[in-house]
Amino acid sequence: MAEVTLVEAGRLAVLQEMRRDPTVWVLGEDVGRGGLWGQYRGLIDEFGPERIVSTPISESTIMGAGLGAALVGTRPIIEMRIFDFVMCAMDELVNQIAKVRYMFGGQAKPAVVVRTPHGMWRNSAAQHSQMLEAWFAHLPGVVVVAPSNAEDEAGLLVSAIRSDDPVLFFDPKDHWLVPGKIADGEIAAIPFGKARHARQGDALTIVTWSAIVPNVLAAADQLASEGIKVDVLDLRTIWPWDQDAVAASLSRTKRLLVVHEAVEVGGFGAEVIATMIDRLGPSGLKVAKRLGAPRIPVPFAPPLENEVRISPARIVAAAKAAMA
Amino acid sequence: MATAGGTPAAAGDNLKRLTDLYRMMVRIRTFEETALEAYKAGEIPGPLHVSFGQEAIPAGVCASLRHDDRLTSNHRGHGHALAKGADAATMYLELYGREGGYCRGKGGSMHIADFSVGMLGANGVVGGGLPIAVGAAQGLKLLKSDAIAVCMFGDGATNRGPFLEALNWAAIYALPVLFVCEDNGVAAHTETRTVTAGEGPAARANAIGVPAVTIDGNDALVVEETVARLVADIRAGRGPRMMHAKTYRWTGHTATDAAAWRDPKEVEAAKQRCPIARLKAVLIERGLAPSALDEISAAARTEMQSGRTAAHTAPWPGIPSAFEDVQDVGAVHG
Repeated sequence: MAEVTLVEAGRLAVLQEMRRDPTVWVLGEDVGRGGLWGQYRGLIDEFGPERIVSTPISESTIMGAGLGAALVGTRPIIEMRIFDFVMCAMDELVNQIAKVRYMFGGQAKPAVVVRTPHGMWRNSAAQHSQMLEAWFAHLPGVVVVAPSNAEDEAGLLVSAIRSDDPVLFFDPKDHWLVPGKIADGEIAAIPFGKARHARQGDALTIVTWSAIVPNVLAAADQLASEGIKVDVLDLRTIWPWDQDAVAASLSRTKRLLVVHEAVEVGGFGAEVIATMIDRLGPSGLKVAKRLGAPRIPVPFAPPLENEVRISPARIVAAAKAAMA
Repeated sequence: MATAGGTPAAAGDNLKRLTDLYRMMVRIRTFEETALEAYKAGEIPGPLHVSFGQEAIPAGVCASLRHDDRLTSNHRGHGHALAKGADAATMYLELYGREGGYCRGKGGSMHIADFSVGMLGANGVVGGGLPIAVGAAQGLKLLKSDAIAVCMFGDGATNRGPFLEALNWAAIYALPVLFVCEDNGVAAHTETRTVTAGEGPAARANAIGVPAVTIDGNDALVVEETVARLVADIRAGRGPRMMHAKTYRWTGHTATDAAAWRDPKEVEAAKQRCPIARLKAVLIERGLAPSALDEISAAARTEMQSGRTAAHTAPWPGIPSAFEDVQDVGAVHG
């Protein structure tokens, strides 16, 4: 195993896939200089400016050109710099990429990866901090991937690049520099829709994903030190998501807590809970709770931003409430 | 009308080429007449945008295109699809939402696509095809193909951001794209001149660095000759070009829009500039027998009527197909 940061894990996945498949290429702002976060550092030296394409700040056309290039048989990685800027390309993503295969009766193969760093990051305020993954779980036609660590970043990115479906790939940008381990040699693809069983226990099932996972694990360890062992499932992909793993865990614990960084109201946690109630029936669950951000934009000042962050202490409190 | 190798010479005096051009325009006109009749008879559901008066542009553009050139279209795209080589009967099946239509009944008039002839799709969003076309050109370049991309859009699209973005993009990467602005003067229900600053589409394109020409889009010979020249430039690697073709939409925005706000005299004047009548006069002057012209009209009527009849009696798509073609991973089932 090699120890690498999350950002480097993603870079190595792109490097591997670009060496394997000459139709894979990257377009986005500053990618020729390595990308805003260094996710493409040095790739231009090996692949040149035709495959590592630095673009103007033209989000609609970054997104739409990626689609057009896919329709003639290439596999673009559409780098969107910061997730909030995807809003400038919503027609191209929602009306075009997600729908061309269906609208054209299966003729189109929109094999694109829309790679977009999301979530809070060092007091970046309301337009550089959002997590809106639930919007895209709601959108037919796309796969939604939200890894939390270096190993999953690499393996899921390999799957995303090889996928014939359009994949919305949310990098957890607050954790770019968190070290993790990836296998030496070839990075294996991690299939979509398989949760990672991050902690084992029978007291409570906590379902979570993306940047909040480390806080959930810290909370789980805190609870374990108090003798409460919880099951933690990191979904890794939220469409499709691993309903079987969640149901299997709940068959033991009967208690569900979903934790996400995104706003709690209308968040994907609600979908997880509703699905499990449908699947397990009213008697299959004793408790179903969710914990997410309050319905306010992400504020700038550190003490205010902390109100939006879901701390390990808040997760511990929510877990204990779910077990009361 | 697409040819297999290289760019054909401009039409000039080649009577067969002019006749082919004329035949395509008549087919487009007849396709639209038949579709509108069927719509008014309640046979076709959903919105229908027809293109009476604009036929010279798609016919003249596609005369210089190869089979493997790609084209993106807009909501008023029946003529674009036909001219690129799509089959009228399969298009009618799609307009009717029936089994066997180009999109298996999932797209309808606004989403006709035929990837087998390089027609990458109509689009329900004004300007939606612009970024897709430049990306197609970029992909073709990456694949070392010498095919080009063509983007058909209206004057209304020139007030959308993607117009600026896509033209700039094509220019900076010197992409093989032909932008075709079909300027019918009306953006949905509003005269474009009343909501547009500056000197118009060609001035905007030239300012961005995409060489553009403005032509009479109702003169099929001018359209064809202009496109032949621009496509030759593009294929020679000289980067993108734009043709701004001025025309007039005889009907309202959709099949249910009477466009009653318009001065009827304006419409009548436009009909005097009918592109089909103008090319017909040229053909007669150059010696084509009137019977040959009648045969072209009769053949188009037969083709379109049989397409309409077949579509009207075709079965609906099977219900399970509603759940197909969504995505490979994470698909749901009915």
